[in-house]
Amino acid sequence: MARRKLRPVPRSSQAARATEPSRLLGPQPLREQEFRDALGAVDFAVDARYGWDTGIAVGRFLAGLREGRVLARECRGCRRVLVPPRMFCEQCFRPTDRWVQVEDTGRVNTFSICWVSWDMQPLKVPELPAVIEIDGASPGIGIMHKLGEVDPDAVRIGLEVEAVWRPQSEREGSILDIEYFRPRDPKLQSTRGRPARKSTRPRKAASRIK
Amino acid sequence: MGQRVAVVGAGMTRFVRRAQETGKELSWEAARAALDSASLTLADVDAVALGTAPDAFDGVHMKGEYLSDGSGAYGKPFFRTYVGGGTGVFVTIQGWYLVASGMFDVALVVAEEKMSSTMPHAQGAFITIFDSILERPLGPNLLWIFALEMNRYMSVHGLDKRDVAAVSVKNKRNAAGHPAALLGQADITVDDVLNSEVLAWPVQRLDVSPVSDGAVAVVLAAEHVAKRLTDRPVWIDGVGWHLDTAYWTNRDLYYPDYVEYAARMAYDMAGIREPRKEIHVAEPYDPFDYKELHHLEGLLLFDKGKAPEAMRDGVLDRDGDLPSCPSGGLLGVGNPIAAAGLMKIAELFWQLRGEAGDRQVPGDPRRGVAQAWGDLMQVGTVVVMGR
Repeated sequence: MARRKLRPVPRSSQAARATEPSRLLGPQPLREQEFRDALGAVDFAVDARYGWDTGIAVGRFLAGLREGRVLARECRGCRRVLVPPRMFCEQCFRPTDRWVQVEDTGRVNTFSICWVSWDMQPLKVPELPAVIEIDGASPGIGIMHKLGEVDPDAVRIGLEVEAVWRPQSEREGSILDIEYFRPRDPKLQSTRGRPARKSTRPRKAASRIK
Repeated sequence: MGQRVAVVGAGMTRFVRRAQETGKELSWEAARAALDSASLTLADVDAVALGTAPDAFDGVHMKGEYLSDGSGAYGKPFFRTYVGGGTGVFVTIQGWYLVASGMFDVALVVAEEKMSSTMPHAQGAFITIFDSILERPLGPNLLWIFALEMNRYMSVHGLDKRDVAAVSVKNKRNAAGHPAALLGQADITVDDVLNSEVLAWPVQRLDVSPVSDGAVAVVLAAEHVAKRLTDRPVWIDGVGWHLDTAYWTNRDLYYPDYVEYAARMAYDMAGIREPRKEIHVAEPYDPFDYKELHHLEGLLLFDKGKAPEAMRDGVLDRDGDLPSCPSGGLLGVGNPIAAAGLMKIAELFWQLRGEAGDRQVPGDPRRGVAQAWGDLMQVGTVVVMGR
């Protein structure tokens, strides 16, 4: 059988150009459309949804939020009071010992003034993510949440803040049952850029729960 | 500790915003360049270690296997490793084990990243790092976590943003002479950084390295092989890695303990007692300008909060007492995550052999340290190299 002669592909073809090394592409603005228009490019979305279990510790924590309480776990090994709570202490590597109720107040450990969305689109009103050290938990033990009812320029590390709860009827056992944290000092509270809403701070409960 | 291990070859692709090549093709280009530089062929390679991002970036399940052919793994012992941003240095440590253990004499180490495939932005995959129950309902943005850390670091030490921004300027200038760089810019100034768009205060556009595509490879060889291949092997003198807790809101972000622990492990193995005197060139991980300073402190090369002062005094410049990121780093060359970490190993290889060309650090450096960082701001990976 005669062997078929292979013909080289002309350089001008798209296939030949596609094999050129990447030196042709320098820093330049890229548009999503260019990806979609590229010859032969395939657009694909992964169809995967997830149903996550809360787990034992966080499940109880969320149930507490629905009742307007912030719950922590205490480890008698290292004597830390932990939020987010966990059923085991990662340092002592033993079970944590009991649930305790901590405050819904705290202080700003660190914060940011964020002007972009996750996909880098500009925001008109900045978001104020923060790590908030929770009063009643061990020093330095905090959670991530957002700040509100405050002028971004007034936020400082160390600022004392309090939770602004959703009305009880709207709570559903979510971290969002706390809408945000705002300054405890009324002079620093500002409603600019935020819907005015009366705080629905729950009454103080006993500091220990069974 | 088993066999002594040397780096005998290194190669990299250009780092670009979007490569036309597939990840496989990028891996192949880097692997071939590394083998060529050591005058080796794939037949000389006993085992392959690959570092690359989570599968979600590429939308390819079992991405390690997908990339294996381009990484030279056909018919060879192969594994893939991933510890977030720390991967590029960590995969070197994995390759080091293969040879140090005595199981293999020559190992090819490849790191690849193609971040441009994820639309509209690689952050769509990144943000799944946040806790699914307690953090993701808040609608987080990956920048938050760095902005929070940067603010904590700057506030605890009372730092001036100018001194932090100067790192970005240094690295983009250093990269101006780098043939593979995406972001080299010889005339950039601190004001350019300070006037760039605010993304998530205190992070501005030019404080952060962008998503990029690229690949890097190095060849590791046991002492008896390395000495036959080259009269200028660069030895891996020490390796270290360490992980902090994933409860990141329960620790103080102002100082990277995990980098210090990893550095102590690597220095100890390398017999280094006074890193400030014994390290001549550093390639700390710099996806953000503050991270370079933060990591130099974690590497025990400066006191806590004092690295910015060193930056201001010119200590970190290419001709300073401790050149830092002479490659141009992630801020200058680009940030294809795993590849960017391995680029730091490749840069030390070139610097310590005196082959860095325009980027060469003066003074005949003999010892260097490379470091990367990643996962949920919790992993430190460190390699000490010398000749």
